[in-house]
Amino acid sequence: MVSPNEMTPAAGSPPEKPDSGSAAAGKAESTPAEAPKPNPPTESEEKSVRQFRLSSSPHLRDQESVQRIMITVTLTLVPAMLGAAWVFGMRALLLTLIGGAAAVLSEWGIQKFFRMKSTISDGSALLTGVLVSFNLPPGVPWWIPVIGSFFAIAIVKLPFGGLGWNPLNPALAGRAFLLASWPLHMTRDWLPAFWWKQSGYSFFTWNVNPASLMVDGVSTATPLEVAKNALKVLRDGDSYPTDIFTAAANKFTELGAQTIDLAVGTVGGCIGETSAILLLIGAAYLFYKNYIDWRTPFSFIAVVGIGGWMFGGADGFFSGDALFHIFAGGLILGAFYMATDMVTTPITKRGRLIFGVGCGLITLMIRMIGGYPEGVSYAILLMNLTTPLIDRWTIPRRFGHTASTANAKA
Amino acid sequence: MKKTFRGGAHPPEFKLTADRPIETLAPPALVQIPVTQHIGAPGRVIVAKGDQVKIGQPITEPGGFVSVPTHASIAGTVKAVGSHVSPLGREIESVTIESDGTEQWVEDIAEDPNWASVSPDEIRARVRAAGLAGMGGAAFPTHVKLAPPAEKPIDTVIINGAECEPYLTSDHRLMLERPQDILEGARLVALAVGAKKIIVGIENNKPDAWQTLRSAVGERQDIQVEMLPVKYPQGAEKQLINALTRREVPPPPGLPMDVGCLVQNVGSCVAIYDAVRYRRPLIERVVTVTGSAIAEPKNVLARIGTPFADLINHAGGYLNGAAKLLMGGPMMGISQWTDIVPVIKGTSGIVVLSAEDAANTDELPCIGCGRCVAACPVFLLPTNLARLSEREMFDEAEKIGVLECIECGTCTYVCPSKRNLVQHIRFGKTTVMAMKRKSTQKQTA
Repeated sequence: MVSPNEMTPAAGSPPEKPDSGSAAAGKAESTPAEAPKPNPPTESEEKSVRQFRLSSSPHLRDQESVQRIMITVTLTLVPAMLGAAWVFGMRALLLTLIGGAAAVLSEWGIQKFFRMKSTISDGSALLTGVLVSFNLPPGVPWWIPVIGSFFAIAIVKLPFGGLGWNPLNPALAGRAFLLASWPLHMTRDWLPAFWWKQSGYSFFTWNVNPASLMVDGVSTATPLEVAKNALKVLRDGDSYPTDIFTAAANKFTELGAQTIDLAVGTVGGCIGETSAILLLIGAAYLFYKNYIDWRTPFSFIAVVGIGGWMFGGADGFFSGDALFHIFAGGLILGAFYMATDMVTTPITKRGRLIFGVGCGLITLMIRMIGGYPEGVSYAILLMNLTTPLIDRWTIPRRFGHTASTANAKA
Repeated sequence: MKKTFRGGAHPPEFKLTADRPIETLAPPALVQIPVTQHIGAPGRVIVAKGDQVKIGQPITEPGGFVSVPTHASIAGTVKAVGSHVSPLGREIESVTIESDGTEQWVEDIAEDPNWASVSPDEIRARVRAAGLAGMGGAAFPTHVKLAPPAEKPIDTVIINGAECEPYLTSDHRLMLERPQDILEGARLVALAVGAKKIIVGIENNKPDAWQTLRSAVGERQDIQVEMLPVKYPQGAEKQLINALTRREVPPPPGLPMDVGCLVQNVGSCVAIYDAVRYRRPLIERVVTVTGSAIAEPKNVLARIGTPFADLINHAGGYLNGAAKLLMGGPMMGISQWTDIVPVIKGTSGIVVLSAEDAANTDELPCIGCGRCVAACPVFLLPTNLARLSEREMFDEAEKIGVLECIECGTCTYVCPSKRNLVQHIRFGKTTVMAMKRKSTQKQTA
């Protein structure tokens, strides 16, 4: 900064006052010791000098903000949310709202308790809560999303430093916690599509006993679960009685014909994951807004689709149904909304491709040889842990470098 | 295929003055001319207080090869030689000249009738004598660029008419108003370095400039006029070369001549033409006076050394709520605390922003969206560099290329967390450079 003494000369020298120029130049010559003499006019002149705010460039910012991104992503889930309400009744909508509210309240309460600045306005807690609920069977009791959201915020997100610092996707970690703690609710509380149209129930029915809706013990299970069980029977057919084998074969063929239902979402499954089409409408907007990179979801889906086709059939390799594996289960929700979570996935383009492929492979392994019928959420959680490594290994080639110099330095 | 570079962003353009012809500002009553306005060795003052000077008279002599003289931009009396506030963020030794109103030029400046056939050495000599330093902002002495070493031949001269900074239109207006002079200047540059090809790059938000230059080129085969999609920082030297030739300038200390290119801004071309044909020193330049808090945004031809305040008055003065004053565009411009700073050779624009535009926002943590990575025109990982710089992990930052940052600010512009990425990176970069200088000093000692 310049002392007022030096600052004044040119200030008092607009072109229409040629006299002040010479006076000013004289002042500039004066040493600090002489300063007091011309001081009085200097001070009055100084007041007329406009002062501006200083900052480092750039002086222009994009309108985009974290809040806007989070709220937009949440809004793009609304079609799927309404679709879920239509298929699974008002209950599904209420569970989603409970999950969202629980997450926001958890964040607010914890930050209040520790006297921290509240960050609920950034919208990320709400999104986490909604996603926790989206990953729940529609027949769970109300406290399941509350605990899931609380765990997501209180254990997975805030202790690591809040938004931006959590290594795991909070919503998926919340779901994993619920699956480990209340496995029966999480694997048996499925409701058949349009159960609320059955006699004795209405759209607004809250109290429902999922077990009572079961017709033959499997009908309310998810398509993936049915397929996995049927496939097991079909593959070692000799050890099962003929009627069971035929039933499994019929079931499997039936599933193959169900692809449209799977895409529309009129099948059993988690609240938010069933309707591929409604999820894709939301995702299309996210692409348009450039909020998600195509690399992760497309590589994820491609790997699962191709793998399902290669290994998912009953008649050996390449007899599987790729579309069934893409639309059944939580792949669409996972690929477009969880594997694209900005915080827990790689920032480099190549890294995102690797992340998607890795998610696809782990999903396939769980679906094909693992103990669960569905593997999307564990696949994403496992890949979340590799994100820092992937980012480290995929440092882009820098401008003007040959591929070898960039990698050698990384 | 659209010609452009990879990365970048598209900020709002705000070209308020695109259809405002250049107005000549009345000669100021007083100028403050910093003696060093270029990158390189500082100049030596050769006038003293009380001297009478005429327009175009050198007031400094170059302090080395990478150095150029500075000239009096008005006729009058030297009132002072001493430290004065400059738009570069620090005080610089400056010469204060008070006008005598005569507007008298030095005698030995006259048109050379044989200017079209001067030798390369003569071009360099006249360009240097005219005190030319790049007018796009970086202010590197022009004659040095015109003297590439023999082992690095230049085949392509690129004329930078991208003007990718929001608000600025001084180059746009020059292209519309002096197209022939730009092309002649470009031809002289090509002549000086022995290049066969000239490419003019213009962003497609200036179709009239493209059209004008196209017609000015006529049937000539050696000059190509190219339209580029609007994208910041297209006017950055390396990005422009890449957009037009697909070549990549190697990382620092790599220079455009390493890939056979030489880039000159359109303003510099006009100045080169004036210097070679008329032996006219650089005493004035076109400045866009604009912004959200300026009454009547204008393009102004102003003398070097004129206080910003004069130009702002000419443009109708400030609007209420003027909060930030910039030299240059809003993306890379230098913010000024006062408007008494003088116009210098690198002043392409004066931008005044309203309080609303100048508002500071709180930084949120990085959410890893990767927008900065996708936008970085030199393919760095800005968020990682910023984090490493913040934590003072300079070795790590150097490994992933902190020194290669061109400080264009695109990362900061696109960041949804409003993180001051380039600011952190700049801190890391300057620290690493200082550490390097220290270690070389130690080695040589």
